[in-house]
Amino acid sequence: MSDGAVGTEFSTEMPEALRAEGEELPPGIGPYKLAWRRLRRNKVALAFGGLFFVLVLMCVLAPVYANDIAHTGPNDENIAKALNQYGLPIGPTWHAKFFLGADGVGRDIAVRLLYGGRSSLEIGAEATLITMVFATILGIVAGYFRGPADGFISRAFELIWAYPVYLLGIALGVVLAISGLDLGLFKIGGNSLLITAIIIGVIYIPYVGKPIRGQVLGLREREFIDAARQQGLGHLRIMFGEILPNVASTIIVFIPLVLANAILTEAGLSYVGAGVRPPNASWGTMISDGIHLLPAAVHTMLVPGIMLVLTVLGINVFGDGVRDALDPRARIRIDH
Amino acid sequence: MTVEPQAEQGVSGADGSGLLDVEHLRVLFPIKSGLVIDRQVGQVHAVDDVSFQLREGETLGVVGESGCGKTTLIRALVRLIDATSGAIRFRGQDITKAGRGQLEPIRREMQMVFQDPQASLNPRKRVGQILATPLRIRGVEKGKIETESRDLLERVGLHPEHLNRFPHEFSGGQRQRIGIARALAVEPLLILLDEPVSALDVSIQAQVINLLEGLQDDLHLSYIFVAHDLSVVRHVSDRIIVMYLGKVMEVSPSEELYAKPIHPYTSALLSAIPIPDPKENRARERTVITGEPPNPINPPSGCRFHTRCPRATEICRRVEPQLSEYEGGHLAACHHPQNVTAEEIASVTRSPTTPISAGDELPGAEEAGSYRAPVGADAPADS
Repeated sequence: MSDGAVGTEFSTEMPEALRAEGEELPPGIGPYKLAWRRLRRNKVALAFGGLFFVLVLMCVLAPVYANDIAHTGPNDENIAKALNQYGLPIGPTWHAKFFLGADGVGRDIAVRLLYGGRSSLEIGAEATLITMVFATILGIVAGYFRGPADGFISRAFELIWAYPVYLLGIALGVVLAISGLDLGLFKIGGNSLLITAIIIGVIYIPYVGKPIRGQVLGLREREFIDAARQQGLGHLRIMFGEILPNVASTIIVFIPLVLANAILTEAGLSYVGAGVRPPNASWGTMISDGIHLLPAAVHTMLVPGIMLVLTVLGINVFGDGVRDALDPRARIRIDH
Repeated sequence: MTVEPQAEQGVSGADGSGLLDVEHLRVLFPIKSGLVIDRQVGQVHAVDDVSFQLREGETLGVVGESGCGKTTLIRALVRLIDATSGAIRFRGQDITKAGRGQLEPIRREMQMVFQDPQASLNPRKRVGQILATPLRIRGVEKGKIETESRDLLERVGLHPEHLNRFPHEFSGGQRQRIGIARALAVEPLLILLDEPVSALDVSIQAQVINLLEGLQDDLHLSYIFVAHDLSVVRHVSDRIIVMYLGKVMEVSPSEELYAKPIHPYTSALLSAIPIPDPKENRARERTVITGEPPNPINPPSGCRFHTRCPRATEICRRVEPQLSEYEGGHLAACHHPQNVTAEEIASVTRSPTTPISAGDELPGAEEAGSYRAPVGADAPADS
């Protein structure tokens, strides 16, 4: 056509380097592979991740320890052997039984510590799962559809948000522990760990759902969403095929944060009696049991306390490492 | 790029319809206010009564300054934005209000390439995944998707091994090639290009444009090419639509538009093209328009351009000019046309694509009364 237009003499040929035939190009490095490479260099984060892994492993193996090493169960009381002449529990010993001492009613603290860890971690994991699944779905739906759907979901978030975490947890914990939870299809008894997990899981949904919603609000305006719509993809495909991969790193970063908070919240609720029911062990109930013996038998509350701190520290430092590796600029936190 | 001038008056379909017919299309964006109950307080006139026909194999350029409604127009055509009124017909089928199910076969034939290749590719997906979606829509078998994607990449001048890469690993021009490959994947008849090269370097622009032209010849594609760069549009288009504030100002075969602009706005746009020779650039006579385009929420009465037009008179303020059809399929909406003889004006007819609200005064009607005052002389201009 016309001359005098833009440099029409340019060829459509690609630069030589790009066309060389037969040469195998390495596959592209994805964001997750890059993050893993960065994380691998962060030795501190890896060490704390390893610490958390060891603690989890120990708790998982609690029955092995109880049966084969300590030869006592978490709720077996042994007043004759475990209390001294003043009626106070014995401290740590060098025997397999009562390795970390006994508590006020003569139960083996080491065994209870591991069984308590099982409860705490189980509740933490279940609560995290509940939080992440619902927060992701609700956050994406609210951010994608905006309008009435967003209004409804955001108001529901604010309803939960309006209560302090522990106040809401205690209120729900007390009520549901008495009545149990009847969800129609399946019923959960009042003393089930799942009750505590559901309470904690639901409480944390808005803390994760809101940031995800905010991110989706920005993503939905990007042109690749228009491109997907123009190709005729449905809402579900766009939300979970196009948008979800873009919020996945946020979700991953939130998992350790929520897990650490859930474990702490479980300990807090159990401490005041709104979480795990006695005599079942959890770190919270153990601290609660031990605090009455405070000046005389410090170990009864110090041991579960240290365990709790180590676990949460391990998760948090590892989680920070993951966050730095995935997106160093992200400022993702949970503010109470 | 192969339409004969004689065909300008004609039609490509047997029933008088082209590949794409747009009739009196309006896209108005409501402006709402109020806390609880939304009250509509005004409208942005983004696209205001635009009509045109696109023939098969043709490249139609759409130019105008920022905010004139080019992008809104193209988005309304692919139904990313719903039209307020008017009709869009693709091969005679009305798709203005079609639902997702009805649109599915049409979307396979009408694709879009976006302005910003960085934003229009999902950053978390590999090129192979990006291309697989439209291939699946076309119904390509699972086993053949990879070979098809490789072919597509080669077709747009990329290495087939790039399939496993992420968009961020490419340059701007390469990304736009991926965007074009995605549009080609469904084997469309029509591709709408929304400023496909304005985000690219000039040398890369030429590569991408040459690629688009090559593909058009090989695959018999039609294009609607939106741009604000007039030299690019001139190079690729068979016909050009000049838009201003949501209205069509001039439609013309592309060479004629540059040789003989009828509308003062077009000549102002043309004189804004820099000439790469400073002497020539200084020596030429330029139509300079000043100021910003008026607010599309409250567009000027009569001719939309009258507030900035050097030739504007009283009638321009009162009456919206009709789209007059000059010889050779050249349309212009102006009361005071340039570069035309009295005979040409005398033989003018009212184009059927004229906006409904336009008056029926013939161009130059006022000259007879010899009243001519520059705008703003007797009455303050709008705003």
